[in-house]
Amino acid sequence: MEFRPILSAMLRNKTGSILVALQIALTLAIVVNCMFMAKQKIDHINRPSGMDVGNIISVSSVGFGNDYNHDRTIEDDLRLLSDMPGIVSVSTSSGVPMSGSGSANGFAGSTEDDAPRHTANYYSVSEDIIDTLGVTLESGRTFRDIDVRRADDETLSRLSPQVIITRAIADKLFGEGDPAVGKLMYDGLGEGSEVVGVIEHMYGAWVGWSDFGQVALFPQRTEGPHTRYLIRAEAGRRDELIPVIEKTLADSNRTRLIRNVRSMEEIVKNSYEGDNAIAVTLSVAVVLLLGVTGLGIVGLASFTVRQRTKQIGTRRAIGARKRDIIRYFLIENWLMTTIGIVLGTVLTIAINYSLASAFDIDQLNYMFLVAGMFMLWLLGFIAVAEPARRAAQVSPSIATRTV
Amino acid sequence: MFLYNLRLARMSLMKQPLLTTLMVSAIGIGVGACMTILTFVYVISSDPIPDKSDELFAVRLDSWSADNPYEDDKPEEAPWQLTHPDAMALLESPVPTRHAAMRKAAFTVVPESEDIAPFVNIARMTGRDFFDMFQVKFLYGSGWGKSADENAENVVVLGKETNDKLFGGRDSVGETVRFGTETFTVVGVIDTWEPNVLFYDMNNGPTNSVEDVFMPFSITDRREIAGAGNTNCWKDEQIDTYFDLLQSECVYIQFWAELNSPAQKAEYQTWLDQYTEGQKALGRFERPMNNRLSTVTEWMDVQDVASDELLVVLSVGFLFLAACLVNTIGLILARFIAKGPIIGLRRALGASKGAIFRQHLVEVGLVGVAGGVLGLILSRLGVLGVQRLVSDADNLRGVDIDLLLITFGIAIGSAILAGLYPTWRVCQLPPAGYLKTQ
Repeated sequence: MEFRPILSAMLRNKTGSILVALQIALTLAIVVNCMFMAKQKIDHINRPSGMDVGNIISVSSVGFGNDYNHDRTIEDDLRLLSDMPGIVSVSTSSGVPMSGSGSANGFAGSTEDDAPRHTANYYSVSEDIIDTLGVTLESGRTFRDIDVRRADDETLSRLSPQVIITRAIADKLFGEGDPAVGKLMYDGLGEGSEVVGVIEHMYGAWVGWSDFGQVALFPQRTEGPHTRYLIRAEAGRRDELIPVIEKTLADSNRTRLIRNVRSMEEIVKNSYEGDNAIAVTLSVAVVLLLGVTGLGIVGLASFTVRQRTKQIGTRRAIGARKRDIIRYFLIENWLMTTIGIVLGTVLTIAINYSLASAFDIDQLNYMFLVAGMFMLWLLGFIAVAEPARRAAQVSPSIATRTV
Repeated sequence: MFLYNLRLARMSLMKQPLLTTLMVSAIGIGVGACMTILTFVYVISSDPIPDKSDELFAVRLDSWSADNPYEDDKPEEAPWQLTHPDAMALLESPVPTRHAAMRKAAFTVVPESEDIAPFVNIARMTGRDFFDMFQVKFLYGSGWGKSADENAENVVVLGKETNDKLFGGRDSVGETVRFGTETFTVVGVIDTWEPNVLFYDMNNGPTNSVEDVFMPFSITDRREIAGAGNTNCWKDEQIDTYFDLLQSECVYIQFWAELNSPAQKAEYQTWLDQYTEGQKALGRFERPMNNRLSTVTEWMDVQDVASDELLVVLSVGFLFLAACLVNTIGLILARFIAKGPIIGLRRALGASKGAIFRQHLVEVGLVGVAGGVLGLILSRLGVLGVQRLVSDADNLRGVDIDLLLITFGIAIGSAILAGLYPTWRVCQLPPAGYLKTQ
């Protein structure tokens, strides 16, 4: 095959070839790193939450005025809501999981002084929380209504005697795989709560937190005048229920204000919006850059074809077939692309390395590099195909016609 | 001469419309992408109060646990906020020109008119110095007096939005508003204030909006109002009542001081150090002495307002621009080399290397200007696109003149940079060779 003439032709136009190779190299490096970082963000956003996020509605109620009675309001609201058609389950909750706001505390598995403390998000909830969130209990039981302590209970700020925790925090407190049910979990003041149930998996408040899965649910009402309800709707009925719930609650009691009636899906989406914005930005960068590079190759190749019209004609006149001409351009382009890819591989790793050392970026998964290589080979091939086809159309007689 | 060069450049560019379009779009897209990201970084890191950001200090004392620093990633820093006892003690200091303790609290506003539904408003509980210290502009009235701070009087300064809602935008000074169960007298209404960064309280994110209600800080204690911001605690303390929280080591109060000279700053630092020394004697402040005074911009750095992730994306943006430039260099080089015969002819007719150089520089400059315009348009579109993705990015509305200049600077600078090598190459072409072949 005619590698040698192609190589020597490229060497005659060294700078041009180097520039194409450099362009390919930079494109590979950027595309691979962007794809990798975007994929990580997307995986982060799509982690399974363990909860029925799509069917849950959150409602806040704030009492005002002297007539407001916190505990009565909660009891009335819970009854009203659970009687509404289309609602599967309802519970109070001091916060919405994955919303970005919440409380955390350190807990220990024993009362010994050196027992390590582990941080968990904690929520004050009512008896139906397990059903409302749609989480799966691995062992133990759900709360009963007698577990739930009233807001006017004098002992409110101390831990309630029962707690349901996630497997993630159970593993930390009592050791990997320990059944945990029946054991006591202690706060910093040495007060214990009995673990009555363990949830397979759910998330806490902060999507960016490494211990996101460490959650504890306490059966108790929050101090007034603020309370929040989580409401699980029958599948597909969430959006029709939102305005109904808002109106029903607002009309039922005028000593409080109903606000923030929102789907949990929207709240979760909001928590991830920074991650999402970065994933989208990086993906757009990938598409744009592939476009710019592809068109750049098309432009350069078309230009070269026009410049070489005379030589192509001459080659055709002395016996080269159309496909020889096409092959010439394809191979030339393939050579430049390949040099670029080799350069780009080094550059990709270097960029990943410097990003990883300057910021908190993971080490590159090399599958992305392989995928990027194939993408650029394909891109180079597609970009040069049309100019090469046009080159093959050059008539042999052109050699005799022009000076 | 310049006009002549411009005409030649235009003619030459028009002759190859496809290649010209490619060059302009490569620069445009590169600049557009880069500037979109730079806009975010620029806006979020620009000084929100440039007139006096050097004289305003976020005050912090390291009251945290002896066992570990407040922030593991930044062990040299003191906690972001103060405890209640410390904030109250600092308010007694005679050193600062102005100072204020502050926190957020939520109130239900109960309008007198039945037509307006009650609504919840986030209030900033602070001292009277807040308004002068941060140069807050008033539409009507002014801040409250000293006695209001001392006696926890029910006075309120409204933001424009709340005043519009409750009073239809009229001068409401002297009128009353019911917050929860109590009635407050309006003493002032402030104009719209939208700093790019909520520098005085970044605990719930740097791009939150300024609160729309302001009340004396002392009210929180008299009425036992729970805060709406972040509360962080390290000590295992039994906190049952509001009074327990007041006495605790929990931090939840922001504190700012205005110090107009380095001498005053030094004096205040000494005052703070003496205060913590005294507290150490009482068994508090178990960590090494670490009292921090940070200017507005220093404080923004500590709070990582321009986050690592934003900087990663910014570096990707610059790499993207570099890739687009290499692309452009290739295209320009190909074009210029192809012009060899004409250049040869012009050189033979007496054009100096300098003249050829200038002419081609004008040509790439023209590409740069066109790319800059395109880049500017694309970056505006990009910013709009990102704003759709991020809900609290409204503060990026305005086009800053500096940003405009930076965009054009980058566009033309990159075009010239991209054109420099091809232009130089073109001048090295020996004229004789080209004359012979034709």
